[in-house]
Amino acid sequence: MLSYIIRRLLYAVPILLGVIVITFVLFRMVQSPEAIATIKLGPKASRLAKDEFIKSEGLDRPMPEQLVKHIKRLATFNFGTSWKTGRSLSDTFLTGAGPSLLITLPGFLAGLVASVGLALYQVFVRNSLLDRSLTFFAVALMSIPAVVYIIFLQAVGALALKYFPAAGFNYEGFGTFRFIALPILIFLVLNLGYDARLYRAIFLEEIQQDYVRTALAKGVGNVRVLGTHVLKNGMISLITLTVAELPKLIMGSLLIENFFSIPGLGNVLVLAIQTSDLPVILASVYLGSLAYIFSLILTDVAYALADPRIRLS
Amino acid sequence: MFDHWLTQDLLVLLGMGLFVWVLWSGSHHERWQRAWIRFRQDRAGLLALIVVAIYLFVGALEVLQFPTKNGGTRTVLDVFVSGIHDERSYSAPLAQAHLDPSMGNLKGLHLLGTNALGKDVLVQTLKACKTALIIGGLTSAIYLPLGTFFGILAGYFRRWVDDVIQYVYTTLASIPEILLLVAIIMVAPGGKNLGTLSFALGVTAWVGLCRLIRGETMRQAERPYVAAARALGQSHARIVTRHLLPNVLHLVLINFVLGFSGIVLAEAVLSYLGVGTPVGTPSWGNMIDGARAELGRDPVVWWNLVSATGALFTLVLSLNLLGDALRRAFDPKRG
Repeated sequence: MLSYIIRRLLYAVPILLGVIVITFVLFRMVQSPEAIATIKLGPKASRLAKDEFIKSEGLDRPMPEQLVKHIKRLATFNFGTSWKTGRSLSDTFLTGAGPSLLITLPGFLAGLVASVGLALYQVFVRNSLLDRSLTFFAVALMSIPAVVYIIFLQAVGALALKYFPAAGFNYEGFGTFRFIALPILIFLVLNLGYDARLYRAIFLEEIQQDYVRTALAKGVGNVRVLGTHVLKNGMISLITLTVAELPKLIMGSLLIENFFSIPGLGNVLVLAIQTSDLPVILASVYLGSLAYIFSLILTDVAYALADPRIRLS
Repeated sequence: MFDHWLTQDLLVLLGMGLFVWVLWSGSHHERWQRAWIRFRQDRAGLLALIVVAIYLFVGALEVLQFPTKNGGTRTVLDVFVSGIHDERSYSAPLAQAHLDPSMGNLKGLHLLGTNALGKDVLVQTLKACKTALIIGGLTSAIYLPLGTFFGILAGYFRRWVDDVIQYVYTTLASIPEILLLVAIIMVAPGGKNLGTLSFALGVTAWVGLCRLIRGETMRQAERPYVAAARALGQSHARIVTRHLLPNVLHLVLINFVLGFSGIVLAEAVLSYLGVGTPVGTPSWGNMIDGARAELGRDPVVWWNLVSATGALFTLVLSLNLLGDALRRAFDPKRG
C-alpha cells in the first residue's frame, strides 16, 4: 500500500511541473514586461515607475533564469502579495478558506444525499413516465445558467420572503448558519440536475449486474436490493467520480460567494478577476491544480482500499 | 480583416457548408444510416432539432450583412425589424408609456419591453443568437479538430505518442477549468474579444473530446478490419482517414452538440465575471449580468432577465435533448 501511495505521489511530480510551466507561459511569456507593468500600475503610470517595477520583479532577466525563479517560488508557496490589497497571499487564502469550506462541504454533502436519493428513486420507478419526466426535469435544471439560479433564489429567499439575510457573513456560533443556509441551498440546486442524471446512469448500470438478479430471484425486496446492494456497489464508482471533483466545486461557489458578499476564496478570486490582480490569479491556478491532483490521488487510494479487486501493482 | 462584413459572411457560409459536408459524408456510412432511421422515430429529438435549427437561422440572419450607402453595414435581421423604433429608456412589456412617466408615451408597442437604452428587448434577444452562434462556432472550430486529431493519434499509435498526448491533457485538465479560462482571457494579447473567448474555451474543451476519441480509437484499432487493412499494405495515414475517422465521427457530432450547450452556459458565467463578451455586444450573458442592478430598481425591471434566460434556456435544453437523442440513435444499447 505504502509503495503504491509513494508511486502515485511520484507520478504527480511531472504533472505539477507541467502546471507550473503553463502558469509561467501564461503569466510571464505571453505578455511583454511592459504590458505586465501596465496592468499593475495602470495606463497612466510613468516610464520610470514601470522600469522600476520591471527591475524589482526581475522581468528583464533572461527567460530560463526567470523560469527557475518561478518554479522555486511556487514550490515553496511563496506567492508574494496582492497587487490591489497589498496583503500577503498566503494570509488571504488562509482566512478565505474557512467561509468557503463552510459552504462547499455542507453543500456538497447535502447535494450528494439529494442527488443519490433522487437517482435511486428514479431507478426504483425506472422506465416509467415518472422516471422519464424526472430525467427531463434534471436536463432542464442543467440548462439554466448558475447566475440565474443565484439571482432568482436570492430574490425569493432573501428579498421577497425575508427568511435569510441577503448578504454578509459573520462567525457567531450557530448563528453563522443564518448566513450560509441560502448559499448552501443554492449550491445544492446548482449541481442537482447534472449529478442526479449521472448517478442514475451509474445505478442503472449496476442494476443489470448478475448479483442483482440473484438477489431478486432469492426473493429480496426491490427496496432492499436498491438500498443496500445497488447503493453500496454504485457508491464506489460514484465516489471516484465526485471526490476528485471537489476542488472544482469550490470554484462553483465563486459566484455564490460574490452574490452574498461572503469573504471566501471565491470572492477573493472574483475581485482579483475584476481588478486584474495577476498574483492572486496565478496563485489560485496553482493551488487549485494542487488540490485537484491530490484529491485524485486520495480517490485512487480510497478506491483501492474499498474495492479488493483493484490490484496495486 | 476579420471585422470586414464579407469575411464574416464567408466564414458563416463556410462553417455551415463544412457541417453539411460532414453530415453528407456521414450519410454513406452504414452506422449513420441506421442512426438516422432510429432518430426519425424519436419525437423529442426531432422537436429539439427543429428548435436548434430556428436558432441557427435567426443567428445566421444577424451574421449575414451587406454594405449600406453611407458606408456602414446592416444585417439581414435589421431589415426585418426596421419597423420597430427605439425609445428613450426602460418600458414594460406591451406598455403605452415609459417606465419613468416623465419621459412620455412610447412610439410603438414592444412585446418584451425596452432596455435602459430604449432598445427593443425582443430584438436584442434575437440579436444575441448571433453572439452565441459565433462563440459556439469558433470554439467548436478550434477544439473539435484538435481533440479528434490528437485522440486518434494517441489511440492508434499508442506508446510514446500516447504518453505525450496523455501527459499534455492530464496537465491541462488538472487546472480547474474556470481558472484556466480566466487566466487565458486575462493575459491574451488581443484583449477581451470574441476571438480570445473562443480560443480560451477551445483550449479547455478539447481535453474531454480527446479522451473520448482516444478510447474509442483504441477499441476500433483492435478490430480485425484494421489489422486487415494493415495486412493489405495500407499506409497509416490512409487507415486513420479512411477507417478510423469515419468510425469515431459520430462521437464528434454528439460532442459538438452537447459541447455547444456548455459553451453557451459558460458565456453567461464569464460575462458575469467581466471576462466574457465585450460590453455593448448583445449577448444573453450581458443581459443577465445587467439584470442584477435592474432587479433592485423600483418598479422591478424583470423583462431583460426573463427574455435572456428564456432564450438561453430553450437553446441549451434543446441542444441537451438533441445530444441525448443522437446518443440514443447511435448507441441504442446504452441509451
